[in-house]
Amino acid sequence: MSVVEKLGNVDRRIIFLLIALAVIIPLVFNISFMEHPSPIVQTIFDKIESLPNGSKILLPFDYGPSTAPELEPMATAVTRHCCKKNHKMYIMALWPTGQAQALRVIEDVIEEEFPEKVYGTDYVHLGYKAGGYGLINTILADLKKMYTTDAEGTHIDEIGMMSDVQNLRDFAFICNFSAGFPGLKEWVQFAGDPGDIPVAGGTTAVSAPLLYPYYPRQMLGLMGGLKGAAEYEAALVHGYPEYEKVYQRAIAIMGPQAIAHLVIIIFIIIGNITFFIEKKRAKKSD
Amino acid sequence: MRRRIPIIITFIVGTALIMAMFIPHTPFSSLDENLSVYFDIIAVFAFILGGGNLLRVHLEKIQKKKRDWQFSIVTVVGFLFMLIIGFFKVGGPPGLSGDFLAEGSWFRFMFEAVFNPLQATMFSLLAFFVASAAYRAFRAKTKEATILLIAAFIILVGRTPIGHYFTSWLPKQLDFLHVPTLASWIMGWPNTAGQRAIMIGIALGVIATSLRIILGIERPYLGAEK
Repeated sequence: MSVVEKLGNVDRRIIFLLIALAVIIPLVFNISFMEHPSPIVQTIFDKIESLPNGSKILLPFDYGPSTAPELEPMATAVTRHCCKKNHKMYIMALWPTGQAQALRVIEDVIEEEFPEKVYGTDYVHLGYKAGGYGLINTILADLKKMYTTDAEGTHIDEIGMMSDVQNLRDFAFICNFSAGFPGLKEWVQFAGDPGDIPVAGGTTAVSAPLLYPYYPRQMLGLMGGLKGAAEYEAALVHGYPEYEKVYQRAIAIMGPQAIAHLVIIIFIIIGNITFFIEKKRAKKSD
Repeated sequence: MRRRIPIIITFIVGTALIMAMFIPHTPFSSLDENLSVYFDIIAVFAFILGGGNLLRVHLEKIQKKKRDWQFSIVTVVGFLFMLIIGFFKVGGPPGLSGDFLAEGSWFRFMFEAVFNPLQATMFSLLAFFVASAAYRAFRAKTKEATILLIAAFIILVGRTPIGHYFTSWLPKQLDFLHVPTLASWIMGWPNTAGQRAIMIGIALGVIATSLRIILGIERPYLGAEK
């Protein structure tokens, strides 16, 4: 077998090994790059920043552990930003697994970094409810019809910050983190458009192209995958320089992702070069 | 009669909901609201049906000792275990209305220690298969494949910080050739145009199918005719 043939048929175990090394080495040596927020991400940061302190923000967590590496960093950064701006955060989930994911962010960000925040006054965890877009349609008209208690079982009327919330129209902004259906698209279609509520959010890199048709008129901004999360973190660091020394997860793991992308690109180039050489040889032999 | 009554109900409800879209006043507005609540309630029952179906399929597999029936034991045991510890909130706060994910609950522990790493592992494996598949499939065999390859190449580089450094040396006049700018252009223009075309096509299909169902031409909800 010639070198060209060998390069054209690299054993997949070698590819797997190189991808593993492309991820492990930058992680071990903490290789990271500077991020620059793109306009589509910066608009989300600007929206949260421009809202008056104490605005009501709905944060639906519509993802599970499989997509958490992409979506949790952006959920963390947005929650951190909301805390900094003293916004009131209403956390909920359309995905059964979303409730546990939200709990992780509540514990890691709100409870740990902002211990002064009071449950029921500054933030509330409404938990998961079934229904998907049907649920959004219902709570657009009457939130308390579906949410009679919070995630802990406390009656909704006993929670102070719920007293002036009747429906989705009472929220100044909806920032959704979604990995598919139901998710950001449904929030735009069933809440943002009919309720005239500003909607934005983050999604996995593979879902991002599907949401571009809604930007910028129906959807304020979009964080696409880990890159989107890293850009939001960069915007947060730029806006709040005290976060420069705080570990920014998306920026940190963008390093391994960038190197892994490079490895994939190199393999695609090698594959194409060998393809053309073989094609040329085949033509000559004909 | 058994078929006619559901068709009449579908026609009346479907027509009323279409009217509710254009007449946001009582009684149409409350009709839309109440029917959405019914939808949410029915969605809850889907879990019971789903759980029942999962048990039926796997218990049958175990009983008949079909291929890989041992894995079905793991599925059934895992399902029942999570159901019981979640429903009775084992280790969590007392009472049925408490949080099943409360600190110290068995459900929380199983979610964090078993479900979480298992799902993350399964999804992470995709990276390896995507790399291998991209190497084998992304060949510029035709004109269309070449366009796809170039677009994929720009997006792959543009979606990493490396893309920024790649062409940062370009003069301001050639900023449109900057890789992140090109990546944003591909996402914002050709991608959006394609996606919109698909979405409009789907929407027209949904409208046509809905009208066929409302008018009783299509009756998938009635099941097979006996």
